[in-house]
Amino acid sequence: MSMLSFEKKYRVRGGTLIGGDLFDFWIGPFWVGFFGITTAFFAFLGTGLLIYGAAIGPTWNVWQISIAPPDLSYGLGMAPLREGGLWQVITICAVGAFGSWALRQVEISRKLGMGLHIPFAFSFAIFAYVTLVIIRPVLLGAWGHGFPYGILSHLDWVSNVGYQFLHFHYNPAHMIAVTFFFTTALALSMHGSLILMATDPREGETVKTGEHENTFFRDSIGYSVGALGIHRVGVFVAISAAFWSAVCIVISGPFWTRGWPEWWNWWLELPVWY
Amino acid sequence: MKAFTMKRFASVLILGAAFLTGCEAPPPESVQRGYRGTGMEALYNPDTLQALVDANQMPAAIPAVSSEGPKAGDIYQNVEVLGHLSVGEFTRLMAAITQWVSPDQGCNYCHVAGEGFEADTLYTKKVARVMIAMTQNANENWGAHVGGAGVTCYTCHRGNNVPEQVWTIGVPPRRAENMGHMMQNVAHQESSVYTSLPIDPFTPYLLEDGVARAQGDTALPQGHEASIQSTEHIYSLMMHYSDALGVNCTHCHNSRAFGSWEESNSERVQAWHGQQMVKEMNNAYINPTNDWLPAHRQGPLGDAQKVNCATCHQGAYQPLLGANMLADYPNLGALAPEPEAAPAVMEETPAPMEMETSSLDQGVMGGEAN
Repeated sequence: MSMLSFEKKYRVRGGTLIGGDLFDFWIGPFWVGFFGITTAFFAFLGTGLLIYGAAIGPTWNVWQISIAPPDLSYGLGMAPLREGGLWQVITICAVGAFGSWALRQVEISRKLGMGLHIPFAFSFAIFAYVTLVIIRPVLLGAWGHGFPYGILSHLDWVSNVGYQFLHFHYNPAHMIAVTFFFTTALALSMHGSLILMATDPREGETVKTGEHENTFFRDSIGYSVGALGIHRVGVFVAISAAFWSAVCIVISGPFWTRGWPEWWNWWLELPVWY
Repeated sequence: MKAFTMKRFASVLILGAAFLTGCEAPPPESVQRGYRGTGMEALYNPDTLQALVDANQMPAAIPAVSSEGPKAGDIYQNVEVLGHLSVGEFTRLMAAITQWVSPDQGCNYCHVAGEGFEADTLYTKKVARVMIAMTQNANENWGAHVGGAGVTCYTCHRGNNVPEQVWTIGVPPRRAENMGHMMQNVAHQESSVYTSLPIDPFTPYLLEDGVARAQGDTALPQGHEASIQSTEHIYSLMMHYSDALGVNCTHCHNSRAFGSWEESNSERVQAWHGQQMVKEMNNAYINPTNDWLPAHRQGPLGDAQKVNCATCHQGAYQPLLGANMLADYPNLGALAPEPEAAPAVMEETPAPMEMETSSLDQGVMGGEAN
């Protein structure tokens, strides 16, 4: 693949965490690195095992394929491959691939002399996944508490786990997480449209600057968070959404076993009402 | 600065209180209720589970006696529902009922000292007769729900004159004129398990003939209509089922298809029979007592205290955790043979009382459009 004229400037040695110069090279546009190798290894192995699981399963319907975790009776031990063991190995592959990808982001950040904001933010997504399939099952004492790998089956799992607590919308951390997800969508759409209205003018108009952007929000809501600030807001609301998602599921079961509506009785029972 | 510190201190206190009162410690006990990975599971806090076990121990049985000998109906007068027992069995059951229902008041809870045992002076004796027949009927005709364990007076009473968990028809909260009450959005109601759902789900489903069928059976709406309110009534009733049995929705349902019997656990069939049984208990046995019950045994609308799931289950997935207490008291296993002794069956009972709540969504509960 051809290289853009200025790209040579950035294709410099260094920044690796493991392997020194050994994997410090490019294949086409992709920088390889040690963690690029491990990402590819875990991703191919995990995907291959998913396909194998589908092959020994009852259906090739892509919506219905499901690789389920073991029965609760296996506890935190290993299960036979066809009885949840496959799910366990695929989980190891997934954590390996996601973790490798985050460390690959670290290496590339270091190579370019930049901050670690991207791997920091991405690690919240990994944390949410690890919470679902490792932290919570360990706290509950069985791998069988993890969710199945399937397009529809994982949604059915979400539904049933919600109904384990009668009404999941009463889960306080779920409320916070949902609020952050919507806020993320709102912030991103407002920021995207603000940039477009300033930099993508209709024919005959000139491109506007940051002062126009700031003035729009000062006029409408009295305050503009600014060009740098909006991106800090963006990172905050997005990682908060992932973080509180992890919290809302890890407290469901390990730290609360009854219906979530009932949890709120602590508020109604505060002595201040009497 | 000082105000800021105080505020921070106060918020730490509130958060700390929320954390301590609102949390349990891992790991809980877990039970798999469906195929692996479906998320059909029950989770129990070991401490509350132990408390449940402690609260559900059977009392020691009185030694069994012979069924031979003269019948109670021939020796005593005015014995309607237990006349077919031998005098020994009859006396033993009377002693047991006293332990189960009126351990503090003794025989005099139902019988007046100095009067003959046959006198029906006290309302409590008349209630006892109806309740014994109701128990016999449950054991004889509702095996689909109580089979395997059966019920005795103790299943519900547990040493109380009236079972701790009974219900009466709900009274709407006070409201401004012309504001339609929805009988919901009331804080701290155990009947709706602390949700904003309707606070009296019992009247439509455990007294009247409401059919819990809000979910359509086609992917897209094709004629099946159910109002939001009737749907919420069903959810509230289901909350009660869960709370009364100490289980969650996945005890019976795979929530991906609530209405599908094929994907449900067999307990759902048992629960359906339970609903029919409770409806019969409330209409055929309990409602008729209303004519002569004293006011302090009636609800604010003047109806008798009725049965729901919690009356027997009391937080356990099976009352007394499935212990078969009927085996010790087989005399409660069937109705008395004399047909005139049995109270009227359901078809002959008067229609449920006309209450403000009974008109609520009646058409929809029958599955029709509102």
